[in-house]
Amino acid sequence: MDKFDVIIVGAGLAGLGAAYTLAGSGLEVLVLERGDYPGAKNMTGGRLYLNPVRSLFPDLLENAPLERFITHEGISIMAKDRSVTLHYSGNELRDKPHHSYSILRSKFDRWLSERVEEKGVAVLSKIRVDDVIKNNGKIVGVLAGADELRADIVLACDGVLSLVSEKAGLHAPEEPGNFALGIKEVIALDSGVINERFNLEGDEGAARLFVGEVTQGKFGGGFLYTNRESVSLGIVVDIKDAAADSPPGEVPSLLDAFKKRPEIAPLISGGSTVEYSAHIVPEGGFKAMGNLYGNGILVAGDAAGLALNIGFTVRGMEFALASGHFAAQTVMNARAAGNFDAPTLSIYRRLLEDSFVLKDLKNFQETHAVVGNPRFFNHYPELIGAIMKDIYSVPAGPKERLYPTIRKNLTLGELWTLFMDMKGIMKI
Amino acid sequence: MSETSDLKAKLGLDVFKPASEPHIRIRQGMEKDPRLKPALRVCPAGLYSENEKGEIVLTIDGCLECGTCRFVCGTETLDWNCPPGGTGVQYRFG
Repeated sequence: MDKFDVIIVGAGLAGLGAAYTLAGSGLEVLVLERGDYPGAKNMTGGRLYLNPVRSLFPDLLENAPLERFITHEGISIMAKDRSVTLHYSGNELRDKPHHSYSILRSKFDRWLSERVEEKGVAVLSKIRVDDVIKNNGKIVGVLAGADELRADIVLACDGVLSLVSEKAGLHAPEEPGNFALGIKEVIALDSGVINERFNLEGDEGAARLFVGEVTQGKFGGGFLYTNRESVSLGIVVDIKDAAADSPPGEVPSLLDAFKKRPEIAPLISGGSTVEYSAHIVPEGGFKAMGNLYGNGILVAGDAAGLALNIGFTVRGMEFALASGHFAAQTVMNARAAGNFDAPTLSIYRRLLEDSFVLKDLKNFQETHAVVGNPRFFNHYPELIGAIMKDIYSVPAGPKERLYPTIRKNLTLGELWTLFMDMKGIMKI
Repeated sequence: MSETSDLKAKLGLDVFKPASEPHIRIRQGMEKDPRLKPALRVCPAGLYSENEKGEIVLTIDGCLECGTCRFVCGTETLDWNCPPGGTGVQYRFG
């Protein structure tokens, strides 16, 4: 039987963030990872926003193997036969320090794990944790195969499917409406081709989100992020919607249909898919969070449901890094107090409440319900598309005046529904 | 069906390390349970199918460990585990 000060389950951003912060504290820390190497089981859309976490990990992230800094944002409203896109770029996105980067997790997590190991923390891969060890209602370690590994405290950083927090009785109920399925292809393309197609210079990157027909009316959307030498293209769809009556194989085929759209096909033409990945994403926000702590245990990152999708920004990874950091601080605090019971560990929640993590999750807690409005995924995209079509069309005969053209689409009933939906949006 | 072969080709790009036993199983006697049906639609690897007897069949090869079936079908119908350490999908990009 081995005894450690801290056992961290999962070498993702939460686990490695915690390990990095704990390194050098004099505590004996063990990180367990079930993949072949850290990052082997991890995926993202994705993009990492650095501003919220830069000060928590000084001098670390500047040297990280991130992909491109995002200077071009775009959001497209997709109708069946047309789309309307809003592009945003600005000097503030080109200025240093850059606010967000595209990222490939297998590469990044592996690098971060190496930095953690350099600081003297043991990271053991290929180890699956099967259960927690309980003693008098307190978590005192984990079981991995035949190995009993004991510790003063266990950090559950094992992702959205967190078995550790579930076994500890802290996991939120698996309500399908609070989770989405993300499916992604990494498509290799020459960096020069990417720069030309997306209007980028050097290491600048583009991020695009798509809503509407891409999920065929289901709650969700599409995404595209440019990496250095590839494009991450995928869709996210609400699990409850996806599971509702539809033909077999529908969900994976949404991505194929998305790739064939005229808005997308030329951007990835000539590229070759090098990886296909999928994972559940927590989408319920503040209201769907699990418990953050118990006797002898803290839960961080996706395992605690710390993710936030507000349509324009989709975030999770910086919450994972930060919650890992605050979990580590809590551990050091508890160590000083010589007590790892739940009341002592409750400081973790306070640290998260005082930081952007729970402030953002609370402020945007109505978002999931508001953006879940089915009209956003079918009716409005078609309506906006129809208005644009009429505004831009020049028929063979005389063209109708602009105002009647718009009012033809925006009937009184339509305006009323729109008004009510906008009232919902004011909650965000 | 060409869509199935597209999916097979995509899964062929990923690195998988084989395990000796399947990490997800349909629980005995649950093969016809309606709660398994959504897996036919949502599994991103298309690993669930229905045979002529109306039973749902799971082929584990190509599982991306995404967790969707665990959430939509539930653990009363599925015995759902992660594959043993060092096995299963190993992302190179992620």
